[in-house]
Amino acid sequence: MRIGVITFPGSLDDVDAARAVRLAGAEPVALWHAEHDLKDVDAIVLPGGFSYGDYLRAGAIAARAPMVQDVVDRARKGMPVLGICNGFQVLCEAGLLPGALTRNSHLHFRNRDQRLRIERADTAWTSDYATGQEIVVPVKNGEGRYVASPAELERLEGEGRVAVRYVGGNPNGSLRDVAGVTGEDGRVVGLMPHPEHAVEDLTGPSTDGLGFFTSILEAVVSA
Amino acid sequence: MPQVVVDVVLKPEISDPQGQAVLGALGRLGHTQVTGVRQGKHFVLDVEGTPDEAELRQIAETLLANPVIEDVELHLSGV
Repeated sequence: MRIGVITFPGSLDDVDAARAVRLAGAEPVALWHAEHDLKDVDAIVLPGGFSYGDYLRAGAIAARAPMVQDVVDRARKGMPVLGICNGFQVLCEAGLLPGALTRNSHLHFRNRDQRLRIERADTAWTSDYATGQEIVVPVKNGEGRYVASPAELERLEGEGRVAVRYVGGNPNGSLRDVAGVTGEDGRVVGLMPHPEHAVEDLTGPSTDGLGFFTSILEAVVSA
Repeated sequence: MPQVVVDVVLKPEISDPQGQAVLGALGRLGHTQVTGVRQGKHFVLDVEGTPDEAELRQIAETLLANPVIEDVELHLSGV
């Protein structure tokens, strides 16, 4: 099982994402945004950070990187893709996921351990959780406020596209407490919190985040 | 060299906490005549030759602005 982790100029959490992949039992494969070689990976993680310094809009320039265009094509054919934080912003900017991430309502960078509720335990990246299960993982962002038009939000809620929701306090003013969403087929997931920072007792507030990376093993094996 | 100006603002239904912070500062400074602030982006593009409006509109609508949350205005005047 090979899971690619794409590094952009300004990525910060690619090493932690690769580590989480390894701890889950898969082989992490380092990918470089400017190339077209996806190195035969079975799934892809877009990590957190500040690609291109968040210039223009967070994730906007990275979303036009050569490799991201390849990822969009492969995702539309069913390849599982997980976007974490900046990776979520990239997936929204690339049009793979609906909505957009904007400046936090309180204008502060927020860094804390965050309680989340898994709303969809049937996606490729969340199948090791139970629907309604609550987990605690770090959240750290300045532009994490999920927004979409009221009509779009209604549609997404109706289709069950909210995969993860903030509970016990909303860290950034995200509409309807949305922490993460899924694509229509449940194979592309994006979320602002950082499951890759909660995979070991030594360094995380929990090991609750590991489930994202173990879920994908089963999704790829059974595909 | 011709210049094309592109203005990008958040759609009315998207809240603008930065604009609200500016409005708060204006209130503290006593500028009570200002009752609302929306912050946006202003791009000035230097264009070689005769500007291709269709291409420039595509640039504005697909890269300079995110149509999910932003409205965009293209100003070709003065070209």
